[in-house]
Amino acid sequence: MSEGTLYDKVWDRHTVTRLPTGQDQLFVGLHLVHEVTSPQAFGMLKERDQEVAFPERTHATVDHIVPTGNRDRPYRDEAAEDMMAELEANVRGSGIDFSDPDSGNQGIVHVIGPEQGLTQPGMTIVCGDSHTSTHGAFGALAFGIGTSQIRDVLATGCVAMEKQNVRKIEVTGELGEGVTAKDVILTIIGELGTDGGVGYVYEYAGEAVEKLGMEGRMSICNMSIEGGARAGYVNPDETTYEWLKETDAFEDDPEEFERLKPYWESIRTDDDAEYDDVVTIDGSAIEPTVTWGTTPGQTAGITEPIPDPEDLPPEDRDTARRAQKHMRVEPGDTMEGYEIDVAFLGSCTNARLKDLREAAAFVEGREVADGVRAMVVPGSQRVERAAEAEGLDEIFTEAGFDWREPGCSMCLGMNDDQLEGDEASASSSNRNFVGRQGSKDGRTVLMSPIMVAAAAVTGEVTDVRELEEVATV
Amino acid sequence: MSAPEFSAGEAPAEKVTEVSGTGIPVRGNDIDTDQIIPARFMKVVTFDGLGQFAFFDQRFDDADNEKDHPFNEERYQGANVLVVNANFGCGSSREHAPQALMRWGIDAVVGESFAEIFAGNCLALGVPTVTADQESIEALQDYVEANPDADVDIDVAEETITYGDTVIDAEVHDAQRKALVEGVWDTTALMGANAGAVRETARSLPYVPEEHISEDEA
Repeated sequence: MSEGTLYDKVWDRHTVTRLPTGQDQLFVGLHLVHEVTSPQAFGMLKERDQEVAFPERTHATVDHIVPTGNRDRPYRDEAAEDMMAELEANVRGSGIDFSDPDSGNQGIVHVIGPEQGLTQPGMTIVCGDSHTSTHGAFGALAFGIGTSQIRDVLATGCVAMEKQNVRKIEVTGELGEGVTAKDVILTIIGELGTDGGVGYVYEYAGEAVEKLGMEGRMSICNMSIEGGARAGYVNPDETTYEWLKETDAFEDDPEEFERLKPYWESIRTDDDAEYDDVVTIDGSAIEPTVTWGTTPGQTAGITEPIPDPEDLPPEDRDTARRAQKHMRVEPGDTMEGYEIDVAFLGSCTNARLKDLREAAAFVEGREVADGVRAMVVPGSQRVERAAEAEGLDEIFTEAGFDWREPGCSMCLGMNDDQLEGDEASASSSNRNFVGRQGSKDGRTVLMSPIMVAAAAVTGEVTDVRELEEVATV
Repeated sequence: MSAPEFSAGEAPAEKVTEVSGTGIPVRGNDIDTDQIIPARFMKVVTFDGLGQFAFFDQRFDDADNEKDHPFNEERYQGANVLVVNANFGCGSSREHAPQALMRWGIDAVVGESFAEIFAGNCLALGVPTVTADQESIEALQDYVEANPDADVDIDVAEETITYGDTVIDAEVHDAQRKALVEGVWDTTALMGANAGAVRETARSLPYVPEEHISEDEA
């Protein structure tokens, strides 16, 4: 077992006791709640006549079902309105803070936690959402849980978990031009597989990761679960602290920042820490990377050929064959030139201000290709306002993008934002599963925000390195 | 579900030592939770009625005509042991996935491997996720296909799967096995008994202010 890693230290600090099952009872430092996975948990709590044990350590928002167009209440979609009303009743009845649309703080749960400073190093963070791993970017131990576990956390402030192995993933060297954090994580999943991380927590390290800003680190940690790892993290450093200083939690309270900093420093992985596994990836060799199939592990660099299923390990062949049939791609071809109908810039992976800025730089002065439906869905109302203050909304709308209100949107198609029929989408989201974006015949190609921008203006999957960056935003 | 009575030392949940019944095979690796239950069926505030939506898009076309899928086949109606392949349940953390399977009638899932959150969600429902090697699983799937009326017996404590004259040496993850066999998979009750120690842990963390820690019994 690992020793001296951030994971070991945070785990130890939060362990309440060993349960009869052999699992540890872990105290939860921050419980994030959204409307889709929580109503049944609140219902179970009521059935048991129990109350929320730590309401001040709990924070709610609405993201999955919220419309990104007309948001007048009641919502036009009755089911969405019911879920929103249920969430409002549950959180208000329990004294839980709620970043609702009227607060101006609403957004995707994994965007608002970090931007409000709720997410901090050395915390345990859970949410009924598998992309909770995002918060690991701050050196928190963060993972997704199911609804019965949400009930556990609401009722007791704890989760029952077994300690896992730690794999260090060291991304060496410098990322090339046009290569982003998204390309790094797609490459990692492509190499280690969608189940390569089962039983592991991923520690992302190395020069390429350390040089990333918090947004990039969040994109990487976000998709840990797509590689099978329930959690992923980056050790906190000056980049982390600079972000934290600007958040609600510390901007007016530098003393609190200084008070907590020694704790954050103390949970960093030791220099002589022991890992269960170490993997090294050459960051300088990573290309802009896209998916060719229907799992996030079916990836290729933009100039690389789509593999022949017969050349893959036996257990991957059947999935690859089905994926290539669904996507209508041929082994030996590259994904470059794959025609798209939709460009989606959004999701908890890539809808932060930096993502929108970088994409806008490729969009300014260009036009969305004929026949392409392009949309930007900012990750939160704060991101939306900040982007509008910089004029990014105008750059996108002038190019022909639809500029929408924040939410999960077309990442999973739980509101009106969905693929239709067999439409193909260039998407900055995290899952290309069949049916994921709302149509079971829809085809999703995952890529970075700047690659989405490039695809939007050319109408096909495009190597962003061949497109001149036009703007200076 | 009624509130379980629980005091320290007493098992808070039903013991699940064995599951027996007819099987149903769903073949393929990497079957994700979006396939098990598409997101549009999660616009609900209870889990009631989710069973009918299990594998919905694999079972029905756009005009709601039935497609070829084991969950549609007459011979598998009434089956309660689902037999799958590798990395089953990958993707989202939605408990709606095992809830849909359970409400369709599944009491245990046997496969080559499972995604972690999915397996944890199954455990929270008292549904064992039992693993065995690829060859044994494929043989079991073939057997179930040929003998849809024959029983498959899972012994959770002994970690075996028995069908016909065959006994598979299977695996049930340690913590899961203990929780099921001893009836301690209701972790709310289990952890609720340690409220004092929880407050102590919370107090030891520099980021948790004292006013966030209630003195009331949780």
